[in-house]
Order: sequence, then structure tokens, then C-alpha cells
Amino acid sequence: MDWIELLVIPTIRSLVLIVVLLTGFAYLTWYERKLLARFHVRYGPNRAGPKGLLQPVADAVKAVFKEEIIPGHVDKVVYLLAPALALVPALIIWAVIPLGKGFPAVADVPIGFLWILAVAGIESYGVILAGWSSNNNYSLLGALRSSAQMISYEIPLGLFLVSILLLAGDFSLVNLVEAPRAWWEWIWLWIMFPLFFICILAETNRSPFDLPETENELVAGFQTEYGGIKFALFFMAEYINMITTSAIMATLFFGGYALPFGIGSEIMPWLGPFILAGKIIVLLFLFIWVRASLGRPRYDQLMRFTWKILLPIALGYMIITALLTVFFK
Amino acid sequence: MDFAMIFFILVGALSVATAVGVVTSKVAVHSALFLLVHFATLAILYVTLNAQFLAAAQIIVYAGGIVILILFVIMLIGSAPMETRAGYRSWVPYAGLALGVLMLAGMAITILQMPLTPLDPNANQGGVPIVLGVEIYAQNILLVQLAAVLLLVALIGALLLARRPKNDESPISNLQSK
Repeated sequence: MDWIELLVIPTIRSLVLIVVLLTGFAYLTWYERKLLARFHVRYGPNRAGPKGLLQPVADAVKAVFKEEIIPGHVDKVVYLLAPALALVPALIIWAVIPLGKGFPAVADVPIGFLWILAVAGIESYGVILAGWSSNNNYSLLGALRSSAQMISYEIPLGLFLVSILLLAGDFSLVNLVEAPRAWWEWIWLWIMFPLFFICILAETNRSPFDLPETENELVAGFQTEYGGIKFALFFMAEYINMITTSAIMATLFFGGYALPFGIGSEIMPWLGPFILAGKIIVLLFLFIWVRASLGRPRYDQLMRFTWKILLPIALGYMIITALLTVFFK
Repeated sequence: MDFAMIFFILVGALSVATAVGVVTSKVAVHSALFLLVHFATLAILYVTLNAQFLAAAQIIVYAGGIVILILFVIMLIGSAPMETRAGYRSWVPYAGLALGVLMLAGMAITILQMPLTPLDPNANQGGVPIVLGVEIYAQNILLVQLAAVLLLVALIGALLLARRPKNDESPISNLQSK
């Protein structure tokens, strides 16, 4: 049957993926709190279950059973739509991320790269609409900051992606992982990685670029008026975004599901998802490390950095990459 | 009716409905959201025509850029629900409607005069970036460059208008004096 292949199998794959991601989100909060505690020289959550492992469960139960409050002054439809719009892009990016040899998450589309760009483009709607619909000055300021920040950082991010695309020569993410690369390509890619990571931090609203929700100046920014499960959805969106962007970075920079030098890829292809997960966990550590170590810049510093420093570097990098590709490949 | 046809009718209906929503909703942000859904439905239609690249470009440019800018501007200048103001000409919507009907009729006549053949799903290569790239940068390079020059002119114009006036002169009067 045609429709089984068209609808049922992708649906099952998506559901499995979503369940895995939601569990990943729950334990990412635990991972972050434990790690932050380490950085602060304290214990972190250690009451619920052994090593605090049941803490995420307790948090989830609390969020679900909290009273649903919808303030009277909000634009109700948009207010309720915003948390969902924040979460969906973080999940649908996974449709194109290759999880193992011959095992794309949902589909190996020929335009996987563009899919990432497209979804990154619509990622900010949740935050913007949440801020606007809350009808609250702090929320609106948070939303304005978020939209300006995301549009600005998307430009160098896009240019870096174009550079990777130039090196790969193909829009398909599966081919990107499978295709052999020369040693200088790896080095040239890794030189760019810190800058790419900065863009990702800004795109995911992570500390130190969490200006849209600066608690010292904006109460809680765009999510001030949200509570209970709706707040939890924003929380979820941020953390799943971290996992998603880590997966993207692992795929683009660190060989995705493959081990270095192609070790074991022929013998044990089912290891792919686990290798990818390992790389994601290492990259998530980077996110948390940055959060524990760095203070938040001022908003004008943030914007100046992207337009006056990051953008010229990204443009130069792209031009040099194009020249390298033309002369050495 | 096969699956593809039903899908096309559903998405097309949604597309038209959201387009109507853009012009009829009273709150500017709601209009922008309808526009967003409208662009998404167009992207879906492109995918059904095997033009994945076009679909992605549609989302990247319109949903990811233009609508966000629209929302940004609405939030900056505030968005009180629109009411009938003085100077509002009540005949304008009808004129717009008449023009729209005329244009639809013109399009319908043109399309009905063309020989209609079913699309071959394998022949359409609009989704393959390489084919599209060759088409744009080899066949139509002159047009692309003309568009680029036009954009550059617009950019310089915007810079000129936004420039801080020297000696308290507005940029416009600065231009006129030269």
C-alpha cells in the first residue's frame, strides 16, 4: 500500500524520535543542574531518587498539575499558539538529521541543508508572538530583542552554512557525512567552529546571549506572563533546541554518526545513533560550560558584535572557502 | 480523485482562506500570522510539484525574513486595532475587489488558452539545486545582475535617507541643494 509508506512509517518514526527527544530534554535539565552545581562547587539536585535522577519526573508532574492561568489582558489565540510555535521548529529539524548509515531520521531529502536554514528562520516566531500577545511591556521588549537578535545572528550563521556547503558541494546531509574529506578541510572547518557556536548560542537564546529573558532588567522577558505547562513548553523548546543544534553541529563539523577514520562503520552500522548521541552530549557540555563561565553582555554590545565583527569575518571566510574549493578540490 | 488531488484541494483552500484572512483581520499581527500560514501553504504546494528548492527558499525568504520584519515593525510602532478613521474612503475595498476579479478573469482566460498537459512528476527538475543554479546563473545571468544592481540602488537609497543630517539639514534638503 502506498499510503502506509507515505504516512504510517514516517509517523511512527517521528513519534519515536519525539519521545526520545522529550526524554532527552528531561534529562538534559538534570545534566545541566548537576554540571552547574559542579561548577559552583555544590551538590545540585540529590533528593528525588538516587543522584537526583527522578528530579525531572517531579518537575514534569509539578508543571502539568499547576493551575492554568490565562491573564485577562492577553491576545488569547496567539498567547496559546506561541508556546507550540516555539517547540515545533526544534522538533521538525530532526526530520533530516542522519542518525546512522542508511538510517535517516525521517527522510533523506536532497535539500537537507536548506531545511535546516528554513526551520532556523521560523524558530523565532514562538518568542516574538509570546512577547507580543502577552500585552506587557517587559514581554514586548523581550520579543523585540529576540527578533532583532535572531535576524542578526542568522546572517553570519547562514554564511557559515554556505561555506560548509561550498566544501561539501551537496545539499544532502547524508552525503555530507559519508563523503571523504581532506585533512585541510577538517582543519579549515574547525577554525570556524567557535564562531559558528557563538551564532548558535545567540540563535538558541542561551546564556550568555539570553537577552530576551534577562531577569535583571525584563522580569522574565517574553515568558513573563506564562506559567505551568505553557512555561514548561518554552523551557522544553529551549532545551530541545540545544539538543537539536548540538546534533546539527555534530553532523556538520564532527562527522555525525561516523567514528573518525571510518572505524567500525561497516561492521556495526547500528552504532550510529549512539555515536551521534555521544557527540551531542559532549557538545551539550560546551553549552553548559559557557553558561557557567560567562557573564551576559549588554544588548548593544551583542548587536555590535554580530554586525561589526562576526558578519565581516563570515563574509571573508566564505570568500576564502570558495577560493579554496575552486583551487584545491 | 486520488490522494494528490484531495491534498491539493485541501492545501489550496487553506491558502485562499488565509489570504482572505490577511486582508480581513482587524489586528495587524493576526494579518501577519495569516500571511505566514499562507506562505507555508505555498511552500507545501511547491513540494507537491517536486520543487523542493523553491519551497525551502520560500520559507527562508518569506517566512524566515519578511514576516519577521513585518512583525518587528508592527511591534515597534504599536498595533492598536484598526478602526474606521477620518479620510477612510469606503469605496476602496470595492475597487480592489473589482480589480481582483478582473485580474482573475484575465489569468483564467490566459491559462485556459494554453494547452494543458498533466505534469510528469519525474521530468520536473525545479527541486534539484544544480539544475536551478545552471538555469539562473548561466541562462539568465543578465537578469540576476540587473536585479542585484536594483537592490544595491535601493540599499544606497535607504542609507541616504537614514543618514544623520549634517548641520541640522535634512538629507532631503541636502540632496536638493546639490
